[in-house]
Amino acid sequence: MKLQRKNMLRASALGALVVSGALVLTACGSDDNTKGPDGSTKPSAAAAGDIKCDDAKGKLLASGSSAQKNAVDLWIKNYMAVCSGVEVNYKSSSSGEGIVAFNQGTVGFAGSDSALKPEQVEDSKKICTGGQGINLPMVGGPIAIGFNVNGVDKLTLDAPTLAAIFNDKIKKWDDEAIKKLNPGVNLPPTAIQAFHRSEDSGTTENLGKYLKATAGDQWTYEAAKKWPAPGGQAASGSAGVAAQVKQVDGAIGYFELSYASSQGIKTVDINTGAAAPVAATPENASKAIAAAKIAGTGSDLALKLDYATKAEGAYPIVLVTYEVVCDKGNKAETLPAVKSFLNYTASDAGQKILSENGYAPIPAEINKKVREVIATLG
Amino acid sequence: MSFTPTQIDTAPPVSRSEQSTGRAGDKIFSGLSKGSGILLLVIMASIAAFLTYRAVLALSKNEGNFLTTFDWNASANPPVFGIAVLLFGTVVSSIIAMVIAVPVAVGIALFISHYAPRRLAGPLAYVVDLLAAVPSIIYGIWGALFLVPQLGGLNLWLDEYFGWTYVFDKTQVGVARSLFTVGILLAIMILPIVTSVSREVFRQVPRMNEEAALALGATRWEVVRMAVLPFGRSGVISASMLGLGRALGETMAVATVLSPSFLISLHVLNPGGGTFAQNIAAKFDEANEFGRDALIASGLVLFLLTLLVNGAARFIIARHKEFSGANA
Repeated sequence: MKLQRKNMLRASALGALVVSGALVLTACGSDDNTKGPDGSTKPSAAAAGDIKCDDAKGKLLASGSSAQKNAVDLWIKNYMAVCSGVEVNYKSSSSGEGIVAFNQGTVGFAGSDSALKPEQVEDSKKICTGGQGINLPMVGGPIAIGFNVNGVDKLTLDAPTLAAIFNDKIKKWDDEAIKKLNPGVNLPPTAIQAFHRSEDSGTTENLGKYLKATAGDQWTYEAAKKWPAPGGQAASGSAGVAAQVKQVDGAIGYFELSYASSQGIKTVDINTGAAAPVAATPENASKAIAAAKIAGTGSDLALKLDYATKAEGAYPIVLVTYEVVCDKGNKAETLPAVKSFLNYTASDAGQKILSENGYAPIPAEINKKVREVIATLG
Repeated sequence: MSFTPTQIDTAPPVSRSEQSTGRAGDKIFSGLSKGSGILLLVIMASIAAFLTYRAVLALSKNEGNFLTTFDWNASANPPVFGIAVLLFGTVVSSIIAMVIAVPVAVGIALFISHYAPRRLAGPLAYVVDLLAAVPSIIYGIWGALFLVPQLGGLNLWLDEYFGWTYVFDKTQVGVARSLFTVGILLAIMILPIVTSVSREVFRQVPRMNEEAALALGATRWEVVRMAVLPFGRSGVISASMLGLGRALGETMAVATVLSPSFLISLHVLNPGGGTFAQNIAAKFDEANEFGRDALIASGLVLFLLTLLVNGAARFIIARHKEFSGANA
């Protein structure tokens, strides 16, 4: 008996070790990827001024893209501090899941990294009585190309070269095409290890759109959530790709900027044809989004981004997250809350939170239209 | 409390039939156990029915061949998907895991049951059992952050000296996020279950058999070979099948470590491949309604594969029973 009891003690001590180890690991995994805690602690006075609760009350459910999660969390915090009668709940899952939930009528609005497809608009007419689902561009952000090449601190690439790297045509870092773009940089003959997302992802789709639009015959794949090109290696989630790039010499991969800045991963400057190569920063992404045209009709504000923009300092690999709502026929019980909440997110104070947290605000001209549409929602 | 004894004193003598309170208890217990049995069957049947229903929905619209297409694009329009790569990856990674884990597990089990001094055997058994308590996502994170970088050297070595075997020929640049690494990780994960079941079986070898062997002048190893292993064979097989079941269905650890691709290659050191469970985890989030049905169809195949493996195990055990010494 005595022996047994000792063993039990030993076992539970080991168990405690294992459990605490697990806690440490999960703590690393769930790192919040906002740039800093600034702005996340208290709703500023200015923000409160832009929040109008009107007759909004009750529970507002929303679901969708995880790309805008950090921004939405801050918005909800500020909003609920002022409008205590409303409970906003954003389930950060994925664009696809958000749209499915929206078209089943279980959420007030959805967040999506790409505009509704025609068949999804068709589906939405069942939920939006007398109307249809529309896209409101709300959050922008750069997709950073992170790299890890021993001894290289600064790297410039253009779209065709980037495409050739990602579809396995360029295999070494000292390839002539890369050398030509980086005069004076001592590139090692390391093998290139390109990482992409293993699961379907809106980030992959947006990078695909950029390459398809700008890389010419180097990239002929249709943009899709699933990685289309041969070769390369895959990792799960932006966090997984970033971890591999951080770990592997010769690696290159793509993820939202916050993953690069929080882990000190160097990012590629893009040679767009402008005077100087453009770095991946929120401001530069905003400049590229400013070149976008509105492609949607009526109150739909889906954007057609100008990926080939040569504007000075415009970083072209961007992602825009839309809030999807009904133009007419929103559910009566959540409509006031949807209008009041989106009014706040599109307001100056709401958009300011974006630039403070590594996102890119929507350019003023487009944002003005977003506000006009929100006012007409019914 | 003081009048409790009086009550007992005045209680009328109980008749024999009343004394056997077992009747009601018996009925309740047999009802409960029968109910549990039926419940299990109902759950299994409803899982199978659900999987089949959703799978049929998906299969009717598949533009590819479900068995031979090397792609998984079920949420696209038109949907194209096939399980060939997943079936291959699941089977290969599980085989690698079994080849590594079973001999090691049998070794550990023999050491604990027959070789180790009692003071060491207890703690060792606990440590092995603790391996089973680690959640699979932790194995995944450990695998991705520690095991994968550490295996780079082993991969180069295998490629250089065993590249001629084709299987260990590494033809593609990349870190060790391969089916081989997944196999090693799965081996570690199934080690505890195979070990602890084998250990229990080895402990039940009749003392008489062992002593008889010793009396005939057998050495330790000969006792193990002639008395212990034949007796434990069917137990070890069922232990391995339990482990195989876990390896076939493992999700998070595989999804974290593997670099999936839709190619079939016997070069197990190359990054690439995929398993059923990993593919479901990777595709489920962004899948539309139809894409989910397609994933469920692949889940049905995994379900059938597991059934098949268990059936085969039972068959083997049944055939070996007469030689096992269990009836001696």
